[in-house]
Amino acid sequence: MTAETWEIARFTVLMALLATTLVLPFAIATGWLLARRQFFGKALFETIVSLPLVLPPVASGLLLLWLFGRRSPVGQALDAAGIDIIFTWKAVVLSMMVISFPLVARSVRAGIEQVDRRYEQIAATLGAGSFRILRTITLPLASRGIAAGAILGFSRALGEFGATIMVAGAIPGRTRTIAVGIYTLVETGREDAAWGLLVIAALLAFGAIYVSNRLVEQRGEA
Amino acid sequence: MIDLSLDITMRQGGFSLSVRDAAPVEVLGIFGPSGSGKTSLLEAIAGIRTPDEGEIRIGDRILFSSAKRIDLPARDRRIGYVPQDALLFPNMNVAANINYGRHIQGDFESLVKILDLQALLDRRVKMLSGGEKQRVAIARALMTRPSILLLDEPLAGVDRERRDVILPYILRIRKELHVPLIYVTHDREELGAIADRVLHLGGS
Repeated sequence: MTAETWEIARFTVLMALLATTLVLPFAIATGWLLARRQFFGKALFETIVSLPLVLPPVASGLLLLWLFGRRSPVGQALDAAGIDIIFTWKAVVLSMMVISFPLVARSVRAGIEQVDRRYEQIAATLGAGSFRILRTITLPLASRGIAAGAILGFSRALGEFGATIMVAGAIPGRTRTIAVGIYTLVETGREDAAWGLLVIAALLAFGAIYVSNRLVEQRGEA
Repeated sequence: MIDLSLDITMRQGGFSLSVRDAAPVEVLGIFGPSGSGKTSLLEAIAGIRTPDEGEIRIGDRILFSSAKRIDLPARDRRIGYVPQDALLFPNMNVAANINYGRHIQGDFESLVKILDLQALLDRRVKMLSGGEKQRVAIARALMTRPSILLLDEPLAGVDRERRDVILPYILRIRKELHVPLIYVTHDREELGAIADRVLHLGGS
């Protein structure tokens, strides 16, 4: 393994951790809404939430490029504030967040749906409001589903390619992740270096899926 | 004293329950075979289930009224509810369960004493027997200083010999804390020991 390989691996893990941390609050809010609330347009909302799961990641990347590019109002506002997103590490995190979001939200939702609603109802008879019930009953009892979702999201973020290459590119030392790295290394005839990244990617994926499966198993037993 | 006035209709899966009752008593027994809607009735009083129509009042306090479009949320009703399976929060120990509904300092010690829970406070909920769970759930409900305590078949999950151990605790609540009780069961014998008056459901 070369210093370059380790640098790419370190950068990817760091970005994926950041993306997972940032995506969790949104995923928890969305998962809770879908599991516990009835509202107008829920079916539509549900579909939009799952969209990045079925849309080609490159297409999601194109949408992000359009949304955060210099020609869009959002991009112009960010530019005016001195914040550059496209082709920086922030774009890597953003792509990872968008692509992993539906996986995390669905797992959180499943975790919350497994919590017996009657615990929440009892908490209400004890004087607790919705937020206290969520914080003290629902989320702790759904914690395994949430943790499994976070790991799943993290793994998906590690392997993110399509959206990343659109909005972040493959700038060595700045935006090059494992997945993008493997592709560009092979393209430039450096297959041996790509193999190093492949080994790291396989080990990370193995570990994440193993832990996630163990969490799901334990949830079944509890 | 319970000054509960009930006049509600609930329909669920082709089954309809209409109850009318109003009279002040200390312990109201509700008797009926399984499937007669005893639990649904308690849930309606606690604010967990919404009746189709009618009115539920305690004194002049309206908890639910379809005519006046009032449906007080469960958290504002101050009704203590102990479901049949106790439903202790599995992510907390016994002391944290009891303290969940804490409103007024000082209750904890006396409740723990009356219900004999000193030795159990640090235990995980999983480690408790059926009867212990019931006692913890009763203490948890009483911590909110409820205006009524609803007990749904508190002895159902407990074997014969243990019943004679738990019943005295319930009688103590009545005697020492003066909390009015609504006690639901399908066992006539139990009601003889505790209830001032019995409401029959399901026409039996």
